[in-house]
Amino acid sequence: MATLEPVGALALPEVPQLGEPIHKPLSDLEVKLEANRCLYCYDAPCMRACPTHIDVASFIGKIATGNLKGSARVILEANPLGASCARVCPTEELCEGACVYKKDDTPIRIGDLQRYAVDYVRNNGIDLFTPGRPSGRRVAVVGGGPAGLSAARDLRLFGHAVTIFEAREQLNGLNTYGIVPFRLDYDVALWEAQQVVNLGVEVRAKTQIGVDVSFETLSQDFDAVIVACGMGNVPKLGIPGENLSGVWDALDFIQRAKLGKSLGNLGNHVAVIGAGNTAIDALTCAKRLGAERVTMYYRRGEDQMTAYEFEYEFAKQEGIEFRFFCAPVKIVGEGHVSAVEFVRTEIPKSAGKQSPIQVAGSEFVEMVETVIRAIGQTRLRDVFSAAGIETVDGVVKVDEQLRTTREGVWAAGDCIFAKGMREAMVVEAAEQGKIVARSVDAFLGAAH
Amino acid sequence: MADLRNDLAGIKSPNPFWLASAPPTNSGYQVMRAFEAGWGGVVWKTLGDPIVNVTSRFAGLNWKQNPLIGLNNIELITDRPLDENLKEIRECKKAFPDRAIVGSLMEVPVREKWHELVKAVQNAGVDGFELNFGCPHGMSERGMGSAVGQQPDLIEMVTSYAVEATELPVIVKLTPNITDIRHCARAAARGGAAAVSMINTINSLIGVDLETWNPIPHVDGKSSHGGYCGPAVKPIALNMVNECARDAEVPIPISGIGGISNWQDAVEFLLLGATNVQVCTAVMHHGFRIVEDMTDGLNNYLDSRGIETASELIGAAQNRITTWENLNLNYKIVAEIDQATCIHCSKCYIACEDAAHQCIDRNVVDGTAMLVVDADHCVGCNLCMMVCPVEDCITMAEIETGLPPQTWKQRTAALASTT
Ligand SMILES: Cc1cc2nc3c(=O)[nH]c(=O)nc-3n(C[C@H](O)[C@H](O)[C@H](O)COP(=O)(O)OP(=O)(O)OC[C@H]3O[C@@H](n4cnc5c(N)ncnc54)[C@H](O)[C@@H]3O)c2cc1C
Ligand SMILES: Cc1cc2nc3c(=O)[nH]c(=O)nc-3n(C[C@H](O)[C@H](O)[C@H](O)COP(=O)(O)O)c2cc1C
Ligand code: SF4
Ligand code: SF4
Ligand code: SF4
Repeated sequence: MATLEPVGALALPEVPQLGEPIHKPLSDLEVKLEANRCLYCYDAPCMRACPTHIDVASFIGKIATGNLKGSARVILEANPLGASCARVCPTEELCEGACVYKKDDTPIRIGDLQRYAVDYVRNNGIDLFTPGRPSGRRVAVVGGGPAGLSAARDLRLFGHAVTIFEAREQLNGLNTYGIVPFRLDYDVALWEAQQVVNLGVEVRAKTQIGVDVSFETLSQDFDAVIVACGMGNVPKLGIPGENLSGVWDALDFIQRAKLGKSLGNLGNHVAVIGAGNTAIDALTCAKRLGAERVTMYYRRGEDQMTAYEFEYEFAKQEGIEFRFFCAPVKIVGEGHVSAVEFVRTEIPKSAGKQSPIQVAGSEFVEMVETVIRAIGQTRLRDVFSAAGIETVDGVVKVDEQLRTTREGVWAAGDCIFAKGMREAMVVEAAEQGKIVARSVDAFLGAAH
Repeated sequence: MADLRNDLAGIKSPNPFWLASAPPTNSGYQVMRAFEAGWGGVVWKTLGDPIVNVTSRFAGLNWKQNPLIGLNNIELITDRPLDENLKEIRECKKAFPDRAIVGSLMEVPVREKWHELVKAVQNAGVDGFELNFGCPHGMSERGMGSAVGQQPDLIEMVTSYAVEATELPVIVKLTPNITDIRHCARAAARGGAAAVSMINTINSLIGVDLETWNPIPHVDGKSSHGGYCGPAVKPIALNMVNECARDAEVPIPISGIGGISNWQDAVEFLLLGATNVQVCTAVMHHGFRIVEDMTDGLNNYLDSRGIETASELIGAAQNRITTWENLNLNYKIVAEIDQATCIHCSKCYIACEDAAHQCIDRNVVDGTAMLVVDADHCVGCNLCMMVCPVEDCITMAEIETGLPPQTWKQRTAALASTT
């Protein structure tokens, strides 16, 4: 096989901030009060609600006794992505939503305390983990996002050699490139990836499986392969005018904003199509980049929005406008977008979940200079078919141990995330990475 | 990874954290769970002639939002048959041979009875004994517990009864309900004790219900004084441990007990002279699992200071405690307020104004109180720092007086020689 060139320490490029972070770190006083307010419940509901089952009572108790290193260890042992999760987890829906104090509406600020503890090891350069005794087994990980990193971390603790193949320049997937900077700093995402790399993970960056290296090479050269390539771009709307300049894929848009690359002139009015959490990020990002008006257009009603309630609230506070029951039919402009034609929609009254239908003759035109599509993500079907693994609607088919239909190939993260489940989340990807690592370890052990 | 192994008068345990003789060590089931959680040793719930307990038994002292800063109990020794306890001790020792199991004993001051009890418990495979001369309620009315522990001659006598019946180390557990604990510890040493442990609980009453006028806790409308323990008693215990540690007539190791809730408390006990520590209330509050952070926190603390073994802490700061006459009168500190972290609550101001030396200046600027210490008049009492809700906002800064150190002893001696 080709010799692998490990990349050295990840470089931290200078990235401009898109305004104030949403969450400021807690002050020492707040930490003290909050850590002592926790009841340290037994078999705590917060722990059960965390997809990675971080022992919250334990890590908060350790903050209270000043054992910050121990606290961070409890967090990161259970969740290798603990630094980013502390910032991007929808805690209201997870741990904090389950906290026993929630009844009084004052749950413990678990995410913020988690951030405090992990920042302690981050700021003090403390190493918490050491790789396991070498097993002589080699595992390839396709995709260095949250799922791939989590799997790689635990596989190194088990002593297996790990090579991550990552199409992009930097690791940590959407944490690095997709999550808006006022939620998650670029340097936190890279620090987190670096902790995994430091355990002796070989990284082949800018190496796309299927283009630069074939999947078959991997399955020949490695004892196990983990597919953790996430999802693809935002699909096209399928209406005229989509190729005009000023029409963006939300992920490209956020990525360019995050990396400080030019987005041209956004104009006065930005339209975002879609109503999920990615739409909220695109909306708030555009607003913070200086667009005067930013409007979300959605073909269903407010109640059917897939964005979390608190995300919706946040968008309102940022000054976003909302238009429900309308769908774009045509993007208009000469070279650059100048307007979008919409049609009103309605949901048929009959029972069941219905698709909205267009109301004939209800067309209207909105003057906009930028259009951002945020209607979900495509599936990386090429990778899956090249790997010879079965999919359902573009979602990789796995069993409860996250084995694909092909022996020796596992999958984790957004690529196995099926519609109708809860939102794709970093913390889910982290948990799946752990499950995959255990499953692969059992397989390699048995194969000895 | 530091070495946490502990040796108290020959009783070895993998770490210095033991469970005190109390409800958490009442049965084999509990002790097994405790060992699984990581406790280094246990002192079994006091064995003796089984008694009958009352309900209710405990009451807690809550202070503002903090529950259980103190706990009062009127429970007696074990209410389970001796044979049952001994069978379970045997099982626990077999399942966890590396942990310490100490048999706590209580008996009337009769030589034969002590010999009999010591031998029976020794046969169960304990690593040593602890004599309960501390229980301040109930048992003391029957001539046991603190009724023994409050009389040095009885301590010495009964200790010798136990010591002569066994080769195993005998620890004597002392009551704090005395004037000077050193007399009791010396008596135990004279009686042949291999170690002393302290403190047992302090005579106390938690309170009265304002509606019913029933005491808290009450047994059918009445109560008796109970024994007080928990975080609130830690300063009393620390002082007693340290007094004994520094006493030449107490040449035996000390197991520290009283208000220990976490690894930090434990480090303080070790530094001031304890060889290991025992815990009761904190486990009654949070369960056996707290030992995980005790060992982890101690480990990280030792690592961060480059200390290889926990036993290096034992007594390392004990001689920093001395008598008042040996303190340097020329050492000066004054309060300093960090304006950047001050939240302008004026707590420091009112404390100093009403209860110290009126040396914090308060100026309201645009509706915000600005606090500045008048360093010339500050006596360095610490009060403002103690009431300030913001950690490290008020710090005490050392002032160069230009004077050489001088203690009260030296000053009076100097004065005497000049007159
Ligand atoms: C805009 C946006 C905002 C989000 N906000 C949040 C949030 O606030 N909180 C939250 O919990 N979750 C959020 N998510 C979801 C979260 O980012 C994902 O669930 C998570 O990143 C999934 O991790 P993953 O490793 O499966 O995939 P990804 O993060 O997508 O990582 C996959 C990696 O694989 C690489 N790759 C792809 N194909 C190949 C190939 N052929 N060869 C080599 N490498 C390849 C990619 O470059 C990428 O680095 C958000 C998602 C988006 C799009
Ligand atoms: C309910 C209760 C029962 C106790 N029973 C005993 C006992 O049987 N024998 C004994 O030596 N000490 C007994 N103690 C005292 C404890 O062992 C310990 O000395 C005391 O509680 C101080 O430690 P703490 O502050 O950690 O609780 C008891 C304490 C409590 C709260
Ligand atoms: S549920 Fe709330 S109070 Fe209980 S342990 Fe979790 S964070 Fe603490
Ligand atoms: S803790 Fe509550 S339930 Fe358990 S014995 Fe005591 S009073 Fe009964
Ligand atoms: S007590 Fe502390 S926080 Fe309050 S005013 Fe004084 S210095 Fe400031």
